[in-house]
Amino acid sequence: MTSESIFSLLGTLTPQDISFVQTFENPVMSEFIDGAAGSVLVVGMIIVVGLLTYYRGWKTLWFDWLTSVDHKKVGIMYIVVAFVMLARAIIEGVLMRYQQSIAVNDPGILTADHFGQLFSTHGSIMIFFMAMPFITGMINYIMPQQIGARDVSFPLLNAISLWLTAAGAALVMISLVVGKFSTGGWTAYPPYTGIEFSPGEGVDYWIWSISLTSIGSTLTGVNFATTIYKNRAPGMTLFRMPLFCWTSLCTSVLMIFAMAPLTIATLMLALDRYAGFHFFTNDLGGNMMNYANLFWLFGHPEVYILILPAFGVFSEVISTFSGKTIYGYKSLVIATMSIAVLSFTVWLHHFFTMGQGANVNAIFGIATMLIGVPTGVKVYDWLLTMVRGRIRLTTAMLFSIMFLVTFVIGGLTGVILANPPVDFAVHNSLFLVAHFHNMVIPGVLFGMIAGYQFWFPKAFGFRLAERWGKASFWCWSFGFYLAFMPLYALGLMGAMRRTVEWFRPEYLGWLQVSFVGALLLFSGFLFLCVQLVVSIRQRDRRRVPAGDPWDGRSLEWSNSAPPPEYNFAVIPHVSGKDAFTQMKQEGQAYASPSAYEDIAVPKNSIVAPVIGIAAIAFGFALVWHIWWLVALSFLAMWGAVIARSFVTDTERVIPASKVRADHEAWLQQVRECTTTSREQEDTNSNVGRAEVLA
Amino acid sequence: MKREPLLHPGLNLGSTDEYAHNEAEPVIFGFWVFLMADLVLFAILFATYASMSVQGQADGPTPTDVFDLPSAFIETMLLLASSITFGMASLALKYKADGLHLVFWLGLTFCLGAGFVGMEVRDFWVMTQEGAVPQRSGFLSAFFLLVATHGIHVTAGLFWMIVLLVQLRVLGRTTAVKLRLMRLALFWHMLDIVWVCIFTFVYLFGVAQ
Amino acid sequence: MRRHQELTKILVRSAGGLLLLMLSSMAAAASVGFINPAGPIAEALRDHLIFIVVVMMVVIVPLFIALPWVLWRYRLGTKSGSYQPNWEFSWILEVLIWGLPAVIVVVLGWNLWHQSYELDPYKPLASTEAPLEIEAIALDWKWVFIYPEQGIVSVNEVMIVAGRPVSFRLTSGTVMQSFMIPRLGGQIYTMAGMVTKMNLLASEPGQFRGLNTQYNGMGFANQKFMTHAVSQADFDRWATNMSASRPPLNQAAWAQLTKPSVLAAPQFFGSVAEGFFTAVVAGFTGGSHHHIKADGTDL
Repeated sequence: MTSESIFSLLGTLTPQDISFVQTFENPVMSEFIDGAAGSVLVVGMIIVVGLLTYYRGWKTLWFDWLTSVDHKKVGIMYIVVAFVMLARAIIEGVLMRYQQSIAVNDPGILTADHFGQLFSTHGSIMIFFMAMPFITGMINYIMPQQIGARDVSFPLLNAISLWLTAAGAALVMISLVVGKFSTGGWTAYPPYTGIEFSPGEGVDYWIWSISLTSIGSTLTGVNFATTIYKNRAPGMTLFRMPLFCWTSLCTSVLMIFAMAPLTIATLMLALDRYAGFHFFTNDLGGNMMNYANLFWLFGHPEVYILILPAFGVFSEVISTFSGKTIYGYKSLVIATMSIAVLSFTVWLHHFFTMGQGANVNAIFGIATMLIGVPTGVKVYDWLLTMVRGRIRLTTAMLFSIMFLVTFVIGGLTGVILANPPVDFAVHNSLFLVAHFHNMVIPGVLFGMIAGYQFWFPKAFGFRLAERWGKASFWCWSFGFYLAFMPLYALGLMGAMRRTVEWFRPEYLGWLQVSFVGALLLFSGFLFLCVQLVVSIRQRDRRRVPAGDPWDGRSLEWSNSAPPPEYNFAVIPHVSGKDAFTQMKQEGQAYASPSAYEDIAVPKNSIVAPVIGIAAIAFGFALVWHIWWLVALSFLAMWGAVIARSFVTDTERVIPASKVRADHEAWLQQVRECTTTSREQEDTNSNVGRAEVLA
Repeated sequence: MKREPLLHPGLNLGSTDEYAHNEAEPVIFGFWVFLMADLVLFAILFATYASMSVQGQADGPTPTDVFDLPSAFIETMLLLASSITFGMASLALKYKADGLHLVFWLGLTFCLGAGFVGMEVRDFWVMTQEGAVPQRSGFLSAFFLLVATHGIHVTAGLFWMIVLLVQLRVLGRTTAVKLRLMRLALFWHMLDIVWVCIFTFVYLFGVAQ
Repeated sequence: MRRHQELTKILVRSAGGLLLLMLSSMAAAASVGFINPAGPIAEALRDHLIFIVVVMMVVIVPLFIALPWVLWRYRLGTKSGSYQPNWEFSWILEVLIWGLPAVIVVVLGWNLWHQSYELDPYKPLASTEAPLEIEAIALDWKWVFIYPEQGIVSVNEVMIVAGRPVSFRLTSGTVMQSFMIPRLGGQIYTMAGMVTKMNLLASEPGQFRGLNTQYNGMGFANQKFMTHAVSQADFDRWATNMSASRPPLNQAAWAQLTKPSVLAAPQFFGSVAEGFFTAVVAGFTGGSHHHIKADGTDL
């Protein structure tokens, strides 16, 4: 670093770093795709800005959403981020499958460099900017309502976490237009990602986007855990909580303990790259094996951070659509806790092949297989939940059932991979790629889609169109099998991951089938979009103002759809599991409370967006070595925090009379609603009041 | 003296300020949880140091060559003393209605903390002059990251203290300010514990080898 | 409810189709990869894999049978199964669903423990013959093989003796990579400044593809080599021939090799300094990063 570069206005950034300029200067297919992707992003942003201006939406966006600290709005914004990032990453997946399906003894359409960026962004986005925001958003929206709370314990911190995650996502998006992204994969193993072998901005984009979101996730974990421990309604003991809350709790605990290793690993990698430290370099005492350990010390619990909330969703969905209480509640809680604890004891199975010897490998292999026990228990608990119920095959339920079928296959291959000797043969191969997609697509994505279908009417007040949901379901299901079963075969045939070109004709057919599967998966995503548009257009016919379209069992179904910002006009008293079902059966649901109180809700705050925007600038400036902006944005972030601490007027009081008026009006509306039987669930006669079977 | 029921670990305001006492429960609990995450971070840094302190020396300086034990000892004493003075500040926050005691003890804590940071910066400077820079070896990289992360934490604590001293003046002893002081106290004591570990495992063990 | 019937049917079919697909894929894979083993290690790996799949069927098959049945029997509107919305526990079932997976894990765990030792790549293979020693260095994007006994070097091609164990010692002159010859056995990482080991055996003469499986940049897809398993006589003839006809691996040649590149064809060197491999490893562990000279004198 020379003295002039410290004060340089644009750091290392040059016009050639803009992707359109690259495309213009070097018009080959790969660059063209890159330029087109950048254009889509820019044009998309212009369209959004245009629409917002045309419909005068800026005020609403700013005051009702961006500055909001309401857990429900924060949750929805998380899920919007997840959807946007899902769109990008799924297209990248299709592109990679296409490249591989044509690149047998043929260079295909993508350069090795572009392909490297694609698998790196695809993985990083899917884990950190699709799955993480999706589960965080889902927990944000649902968990406080399920435990009978008005908000999370620290609403502003919640919004800051969202904005840090969004800032990380924004950096990944910016890398599409300005500069390149890392080619080091989502794990970014050094020394390859060190400055010696990967000079340039790519790895830095990865480092700073991941660092920002990892800090956001740590804070989220603290927030959720505190909320669940300290904010439950009277009578809502831990063992009366819905299972989704239990899985949220376990996920939060994992976030608290597991994010730090990632934060530290990325920081060390940054110090190696920026300041010439020797944590993971080949020479001068660096040791990349430390990185592998640190990364997977985070990475394995991360798998359960993602999958446990989805397990919670499946528990709720299967119980509700079987019209039956969950089977083996305590068993499921114990299984969830065991998985959370065991997840910290297995990280080494990600590198059995590092040469640590048979005894170490065997111990970690057995620890890994142990996780199979509680997971197997859960699968059978869900099956037994359906037994003696009355099953309705709604979209959410279909996704849950397909999850059960698919997940056990992933479990089988997981046990295979847990065996060090077999892992030696299939490590780094497409078998591994197939395995983790086999866990994460049904285990996380199907769960989140099921949760989205299930709770959408609660959040927006109208039901989604089941027809399109089911179309999407079939695409996702068949798409998954077509796309990933061939990869198992290819892995056994010695085909390795991250390969841009093949030299074995035997692979061709399998890769083509896989590409067709990827197209189906993309159609599944498109149908979800169609479903959303169709449902919004038909929203007036689909409304469920009474708030309980599925004969729900937990507290979130006991208020209106969408719920008031304070969630509960009066904090409910809970006396058992399946709190709302109990209320309905005892005739306590929709009863007028005897008294109302003033409710204090947190005021909107500009702090979170300021921190978020400063964080984008901070990350961007670090990537391009624009040091003045690094200093300025750092001061802006902490300045916002300090300034906020001097603000004393942080709450807004909603008077009891207003609460009463709104609540009584809703109760009156509910009483006038006709009840719906389960057979009529998917018709417009369903206005959110369920028929109660005594 | 009758023991009041504790709403959270550590010093409870109890009957001296019922309102703040009740408000404190989730806030202090949440902060303990945050400290746990922070401690995991330090644990990782300790583990990294343990793995690199001997194997990562790369024919460069060894701990015996570069550690200034007397200086580290004085730093330890400064930080330990600052923990005691912060303890006095916490008691003043709870029992002394006048702000003077509180400001005095906080001010003393600040001076001790600033002295610690100053001496640490001097140690780093001396090491740098001897060529013991983090770029020299994995051992020194790990050393600087661990010790400087602690130092940055202490520095952040000092800034936090300044902000709270200003708030005591501007906002007075409001519930929010009280809760912030209680959290800063926990943060400060945790850093003390971390330093004791650094002094033991890094400095004493390093020189003993 | 016809719709439910159909859905159930489709579910059953897709589950069945899937298993078929998996089995057929395993059969079709037989041409390449460790599923078609060319040596005892790969063979043992394959048998181990099959054993796990068979044992796991004990927990998986019941689910595949029970799930469609449950979906059908307890569908909405049915009269067949009883409806007990509050049924939530049964000790017998509880013992079964915890016990069965636990028993399976014990069986598989026992097997895993023994196989981990049995198939440890560091473990020398039992044989009457002394193993052929080969030292492998991973570079960007090529493999350098040193035959210390013969004093020769081959790049992107490795010659071994069929029926005689090969003992590889591996390191990297660049980023981490992973060495693998799929039809002979598993893989092991290669890391700069460190040595890992791998013992393999080809039962019959033949040609087997080898590669790096760990992504290491632009030339990754092209980093492959051919393994030739030949008779001892052919190997000796080849070694003598190489030794006589090929240039030495000198400093210039080594500098050329360490530059990131994809080679068009394998290269051979007739001689190499003794202890060259050790010098490459030591080059990373000392106080500064030496560029190793071919004669090893730099250290």
